[in-house]
This record gives sequence, structure tokens and C-alpha cells, in this order.
Amino acid sequence: MKKILILGGGTGGTIVANRLAHALQPQDASIEVISDSPLHYYQPAQLYIPFGEEDPRKIARSERKLLNPQVKLRIDTVSEWIPDKQALHTARGDTISYDFLVIATGSVPCPEEVEGFVAGADHFYTPEAAYRLYHKLSEFEGGRLVVGVGGIPYKCPVAPLEFTLLAEAFLAHKGIRSKTEIVYTFPLNDVFNIQSVVPVVRELFEQRSIRAETFFNLESVDAEKKLVKSLEGTELPFDILVMTPPHKGAPFLRGHPMADNDGWVKTDRNTLRVNDLPNVWALGDTTNLPISKAGSTAHFEAPAIVEQIVAAIRREESPPGKATYNGHVTCFIDSGYGKATILDFDYDHPPAVYEPNEFRHLQKMAFNKLYWYLVPTAVI
Amino acid sequence: MEGIQIAKESDARGSFCPGPLMEMIRLVRSANVGDVVAVISGDEGSKKDIPAWINKAHYELVGTEEVAPGATRFLCRKNH
Ligand SMILES: Cc1cc2nc3c(=O)[nH]c(=O)nc-3n(C[C@H](O)[C@H](O)[C@H](O)COP(=O)(O)OP(=O)(O)OC[C@H]3O[C@@H](n4cnc5c(N)ncnc54)[C@H](O)[C@@H]3O)c2cc1C
Repeated sequence: MKKILILGGGTGGTIVANRLAHALQPQDASIEVISDSPLHYYQPAQLYIPFGEEDPRKIARSERKLLNPQVKLRIDTVSEWIPDKQALHTARGDTISYDFLVIATGSVPCPEEVEGFVAGADHFYTPEAAYRLYHKLSEFEGGRLVVGVGGIPYKCPVAPLEFTLLAEAFLAHKGIRSKTEIVYTFPLNDVFNIQSVVPVVRELFEQRSIRAETFFNLESVDAEKKLVKSLEGTELPFDILVMTPPHKGAPFLRGHPMADNDGWVKTDRNTLRVNDLPNVWALGDTTNLPISKAGSTAHFEAPAIVEQIVAAIRREESPPGKATYNGHVTCFIDSGYGKATILDFDYDHPPAVYEPNEFRHLQKMAFNKLYWYLVPTAVI
Repeated sequence: MEGIQIAKESDARGSFCPGPLMEMIRLVRSANVGDVVAVISGDEGSKKDIPAWINKAHYELVGTEEVAPGATRFLCRKNH
């Protein structure tokens, strides 16, 4: 019997495992997920913790309960991957072999990589950090709020924009907007890296008096002087600094021959195979693909991998076209004041962007609740 | 660009906007003051992006050269 190993019990790993369990009989293959946490986090909810709209204790559920009973779950940390031997080592000292491997270990925010970040800056990329920021924002009485992106790539490319717009609405609601200056920083020459999105964001920023500081590549944070500095030599004073930390792949992938120094796995943009290995795939945040690191990316990538594994186990040809990924990504942008817009794009079609409206906001809020029933369970 | 000693070079062909610019920023970050670093890009957008960034950061664009059809090498000196 063939053995399929899936690394990571987050969005991508769980969808692949459940889709495989639907497609294969127990006698065809064993399916095992290895994850370093028994919990599955719905990370998009973290965006709302700083504004008191989500409870950090309620954004995770049992991974075991989300998995089809046919899928085994092992809680352990993968510490080494040896492709030549088709084997892995884990932190508990086990060696596990596989016939097929799917890597879905996501991305790790690394605030400690930037001098002064931990002491001086906040972020919302972990539930704990988002909760600390909730306390700061609750006590904030006005001043200078600097929000920015501290390194590319990072997960959910629109999240810092959303945070900025939601913070503006939050401060207005609190009655301290007129006492607060908001500055948004971005490493590139404009406010976002997808050109078609830029005009809408610029217009929103203008309407809400949010100043953009572009070509700002985070260099260091001076926690005492409350100054954030860029590689380009710009210095910005702040009262609260909310920076997206630089991100990396899982530690066992950093510098691995199948990945780059930061741990982004060398992945084919269509087949999602890793470095041309015939039996290894990657999806979600961990790939080196120049596309959004988003849950929707993992969601749309999963079917292509499942088709290829099922075809290989049944010794059939992969169904043409179906077993490839076309770069499809969907992202909501919550712009505050009960409105949102949506971006939908793929490798060949950049997103068309529409004015934020109430319907999209309600859709996003509904999706945040329905995620648990529809996405990891592979219902959609 | 003969005679210029290149401390670090990265071939970013095959990666698209903003990949080559981010590669240039990464190399400059890890270089010593005085070093020249080079990035080769096959992306048209780099011809605007990379010089604009070097200008903003007050580094020196030592030169650009076509190294193959559609591939440009950008040389940047980290002068401060
Ligand atoms: C604030 C915020 C807002 C977001 N908003 C959106 C949004 O609106 N829309 C959207 O589509 N996406 C959004 N995202 C991004 C989305 O959450 C991620 O892109 C998505 O979870 C990626 O799925 P993944 O399976 O690649 O990784 P993850 O879901 O992160 O799962 C990785 C799994 O691997 C496990 N793991 C890691 N290392 C190891 C190891 N060595 N051994 C064993 N297990 C390991 C982890 O415990 C985890 O279970 C947001 C993210 C954040 C932080």
C-alpha cells in the first residue's frame, strides 16, 4: 500500500488530506498528516483581534475533528527532510518514510530578524501579538500611527492595507481620528505590488487622509526614541508602529537544497511539483511562487496535487488540464465602515477592482464563519 | 563594466516584478559599504524600478548592460 505524507495541518495540508480521503479507498493508500500543533488556526480572523472584534481564544479548532477519519494525524515537528531516502526526521526522534509527499508547512513571521522590532513594534501575525496590539489600541489616545510592510514576501498581501483602513475607521469611531496621523509604508515604489489595485487604494487613502511612504524597506526600530528607520534613509516617528514582520518558510526548509535560504520551496507554477521530483508537491505559503501567500491560493492549488497523486496511485494519466494550477487567487479587502471589495485573479488575468460595498463586507464576514464547514473539510 | 569588482551578484532572470528589485535590496542589505553588487533581470519593469530605488536610497547606479537578449545587469554601489 502506498503511503502519502502531508506536512502541515493548516489550510493547504488539511484540504489536500481530506480531498485525497474522498478520492481514495482506505486499501489504496494510507494518508497521514504531520503537524506541529493539534490546533488548526483560522488566521484571517487575527486581523480583527486588535479592534476587539474577534476573540483570540476562538480562532482555532481541533485539527483532528477537521480531518476525515481515514486520515491519520501525528503531532510532531518535522526537523529534517532527506529527499534521496524519501524520508523525514522529526523532533521526537522518529524517521518516517513516504511514497508521496506534500509540503504545506506555511510561513513563519520573523520579527526578531529586524533590529529593535520586538521591543518597539507591534503586529497581528500571531494571535498573541494581535492581542497585545488590542490592548495598545484600546489605550491609545491619539498621536502617530505608522503601519507598514517590513519585508516581501509575507502572507496575505492585502492584510496591511486592510489593517490601515480598519484602524482609520476604528479611530474615527473612538473619536480620536482628528488627533491621529496615519502613515502607511511599503517597500516598493507604490502602495501595492499589483498595479490594477493601486488606484483604488490611493483613492481610499486620499479620502481618509492616510499618507503613503513608498520605497520604505524596514531597517530598524528604535524603541526608546520611537523612530522607525528604512534602508533608504527615511526616519518616521511613531506612537504605535504596526509592521508586518519579514516571513520565512519552516526552519527545516531554510537552506535546504529543494528550497532557497529563506525556506521557500522550489515549486513548479503549474504542476506544483517540487524541483521536478516525481513524487513531491508543495502548496500554500511555503512555495517560492511569486503569487499571493493566501489561504485561497492553497485552496485553489489543492485539486491539482490531489489529481496527480490519485492518478499516480491508480497508474492512470493525470486528466489533462485538471491537474494543473492556473494561479487563481481570491482576496477580500475590508475597507472599514462596513464595506469591502474583492480581488480575483490568476496568472493571466490581473484583478479588476471595484468600489468597496456593503455586500462584499457581509460576504467576508459570512465566509469567516463558514470557513470551518466549507474549506478545510473540502466541501468547496 | 570591466575593472569593477563585483562583491555579490544574483541572476534574477525568471523571477518577475518585484522579484529582481527585492533581490537588489537583499544584496545591498547584506553588502559592506563601498561594495558593488549586481543583479541580472529579464523583467522589463526592472529598467524603471531598480534605478528609481537606487536613486531614492541615494546609492550609486554604477551602470547597466545588456548581458543577453532581454536580460539587463544592474550594478549598484553601496556608498553609505
Ligand atoms: C492576519 C492574517 C490575515 C489573513 N487574511 C487572509 C485572507 O483574508 N484571505 C486569505 O486567503 N488568506 C489570508 N491569510 C493567509 C492565510 O492564513 C495563509 O496564507 C494560509 O493559512 C496558508 O495556508 P498553508 O497551509 O500554506 O499554511 P498554514 O495554514 O499556516 O499551515 C501550516 C501548518 O504547518 C504546520 N507546521 C509548520 N512547520 C511545521 C513543521 N516543521 N512540522 C510540522 N508541522 C509544521 C503549522 O503548525 C500549520 O498547521 C491571512 C493571514 C494572516 C496572518
